[in-house]
Amino acid sequence: MSGSCHEPAVASRPPQAPAIVQRIALAGNPNVGKTTLFNLLTGLRQKVANYPGVTVERKSGRLVGHESIEVIDLPGTYSLNPRSIDERVAYEVLVGRMQGEPAPDVVVCVVDAANLERNLYLVTQIMDLGLPVVVALNMMDALAENGLELDVKGLAQRLGVPVVPMVARRGQGIDRLKEILLRGVPPPPAKRRWTLMPAVTSVVEDLARQLGEEVPDVPKQQRFFEALSALTSDTLLEVWKRQAPRFYQAVLKARQDLEARKVPYRQAEMIGRYGWLSPLVAEVLRRRPNAQERTLSDRIDAVLTHRIAGPLIFFGLLLLIFQAIFSWAVPFMDAIEAAVAWTGEQVRAVLPDGFLEDLIVDGAITGVGNVLVFLPQILLLFFFLGIMEDTGYMARTAFIMDRLMRRLGLSGASVVPLLSGYACAVPAIMAARTLDNERDRIITIMVTPLMSCSARLPVYTLFIAAFIPNIPVLGPLNAQGLAMFSLYLLGTTMAFVAAWVLKTFVFKGESAYFVMELPPYRAPQLKQILYRMIDRAKAFVTRAGKIIFSLSIVIWFLASFPRAELDPALVAQRQTLETWYAHARDSLEAAGASAAALAELEATYEARLAPIADAEAARQISQSFIGRLGHALEPMMRPLGFDWKITAGIISSFPAREVIVGTMATIYGVAHAGEDEIILRQVLRADPAFSPLVAVSLMVFYVFALQCMSTLAIARRELGTWKWPAVMWAYMFALAYLFSLLVYQGGRWLGLG
Amino acid sequence: MVTLRDLRPGERGRVTGYVSDRLPPRIFEMGLLPGTEVEVVRLAPLGDPIDLKVRGFHLSIRKHEAELIQVERL
Repeated sequence: MSGSCHEPAVASRPPQAPAIVQRIALAGNPNVGKTTLFNLLTGLRQKVANYPGVTVERKSGRLVGHESIEVIDLPGTYSLNPRSIDERVAYEVLVGRMQGEPAPDVVVCVVDAANLERNLYLVTQIMDLGLPVVVALNMMDALAENGLELDVKGLAQRLGVPVVPMVARRGQGIDRLKEILLRGVPPPPAKRRWTLMPAVTSVVEDLARQLGEEVPDVPKQQRFFEALSALTSDTLLEVWKRQAPRFYQAVLKARQDLEARKVPYRQAEMIGRYGWLSPLVAEVLRRRPNAQERTLSDRIDAVLTHRIAGPLIFFGLLLLIFQAIFSWAVPFMDAIEAAVAWTGEQVRAVLPDGFLEDLIVDGAITGVGNVLVFLPQILLLFFFLGIMEDTGYMARTAFIMDRLMRRLGLSGASVVPLLSGYACAVPAIMAARTLDNERDRIITIMVTPLMSCSARLPVYTLFIAAFIPNIPVLGPLNAQGLAMFSLYLLGTTMAFVAAWVLKTFVFKGESAYFVMELPPYRAPQLKQILYRMIDRAKAFVTRAGKIIFSLSIVIWFLASFPRAELDPALVAQRQTLETWYAHARDSLEAAGASAAALAELEATYEARLAPIADAEAARQISQSFIGRLGHALEPMMRPLGFDWKITAGIISSFPAREVIVGTMATIYGVAHAGEDEIILRQVLRADPAFSPLVAVSLMVFYVFALQCMSTLAIARRELGTWKWPAVMWAYMFALAYLFSLLVYQGGRWLGLG
Repeated sequence: MVTLRDLRPGERGRVTGYVSDRLPPRIFEMGLLPGTEVEVVRLAPLGDPIDLKVRGFHLSIRKHEAELIQVERL
């Protein structure tokens, strides 16, 4: 292993894999089948970790049949000029500047044969680093379908590096590629084959020499590339500010000179590379005379991005996804919940009553359940997202929606994550990875939890059913339906307002642009989609799961301690009941009664015990930390119309919104009613502390408040910092407080409630 | 002066220069460089962004950027 401190392997791997003697890095543009090739080279024994300090995943594995060779899948990039985190990671790994990660020995550059010119741009950059390069010329089948012919030998000759034609999704060419890799790849030609405009060349050569003098560590081969990158890219220049201050100043001065002479130096690199590649590709690529101008992909696009059909198809698809996550996932979620409950009962049967039993069942097992219950929705959403990405449709949804979303401070690519948020913010936030613009991604993640997710539904349902009358308002619409709709509308509107605020005030001045490839349509590969679903699920369980699990135990602790003093009346009642039960059972057994009679007796006993247990539980939670916190915070929540009971309910539902329903049942001493919400509704209505106005205030609170630690955990994971999740929680709490205050005080002023 | 924004769907042009240097470098990396032939394939359903065909692949950019790219009609 390298000396880095990566997180433990997610995938299983035989213990003690042999030491790495060679590293192969896979580089390439997005959508060229890089991951397919990676899976082919490594089999399924892959390791997913994060690069230190960034959210970019480091995927690695061992070459099948050659355990001492590590294969690293670099993020897909269009260039090595680090403008996004992905590009920065790819660049730093390739130049050997990534912490704990030596530069690779060989780079396999995966290239889409049907889109040669732009794909080779990255190849020329990697060749300039002096690393041995093999070009994996993928998608040779698409090339033929488009009526093109390619002179592979001619291409290899002109590039000066080995070229292997492949169809990775069918495994074609893989043996040849491995053979070349195992035989050893020579470094690329030392002499650059493309030419930079002379006015810039001399400047870059000077700078390269200065860099070499100041920082001799930079390998000779890389100095020209580094100097050129620093000259043309601000982010790359910053790297040298402290490390090579004289070089830094020299670059700034060179820029001034070039600008004064009106030399377009910022485009010089692109002009030079494409200036070499364009004629080169023209020489090796031949269009067959019978080739059609419009490819199949173009014809599909004519329908899917059609002015009218395009949006209709998109919304139809969204409806389907929505339906899937909302209802198809439910039986699986119910099954998981049932399994967790069953496990808890089994453990309870084995363990002696007491602290340990409660910790394991109510803390740990419930905590595991809180994590696992999200899996069906995550898997389903990522199944659909996988198909959309794999086929190339995802880029089209961004294309269709961009104009609308841009007005709100988002980008077209934000649509899918945002709408997924109606189901569950957790997979929705994970889906925001498709946004390659960091600003858009942060804004999208920050506002997604405002979309009313399915966990708010039980809360809305309980209070609407208890306090909103079922009276007709307009046609088929009744007051209850209207209330539900208003809550969804309120959250959605606020998400857009929040996005606008973030765009206007927080990220002001940072210009977002939209330069996106619309990749050709391809048939989805189910196997690859399944891998990715499993990948996402693993990432969720291992990373977010830890946080959710520990917080569940904390909340359990806060609700269970300190232990309430026993109420003598309740103790007496319980004792009387137990004595009666023991007595009755003994006499029944002595009389040789049937099993049915014994079961009937036990049922009677349990029915009589339930109200006592409920009263004890109500007493316990009232005296627990959560109950005390509820009392302590009541003055703060009073202006919103919330007494200590509601406050305690809110605190207890910090891990997950729907928990408040159970907490309220416990506090009101009707926990035994379980699923039967009617009893809970009745006691809520009977409590003078509650009124329709309080209920509305509370529901509005739940529209906004971020009562979901899974969301916080996943946001932390996706954004790589606690800063944004903290801001997220704070601003959503502020909104919740403010709007509930307005509702309650406004309502009272109007004489309601 | 004709810019990429002025081309209607189906029209082709050749890039001649840029109105401003505020263009994102990614546009150049994608190969929209002086001398490059480009075809406007279609507009998005809401009129923006636009779908271009350049160097054999489809690239989508917003009108805001398109109007900074000078072209000659072909």
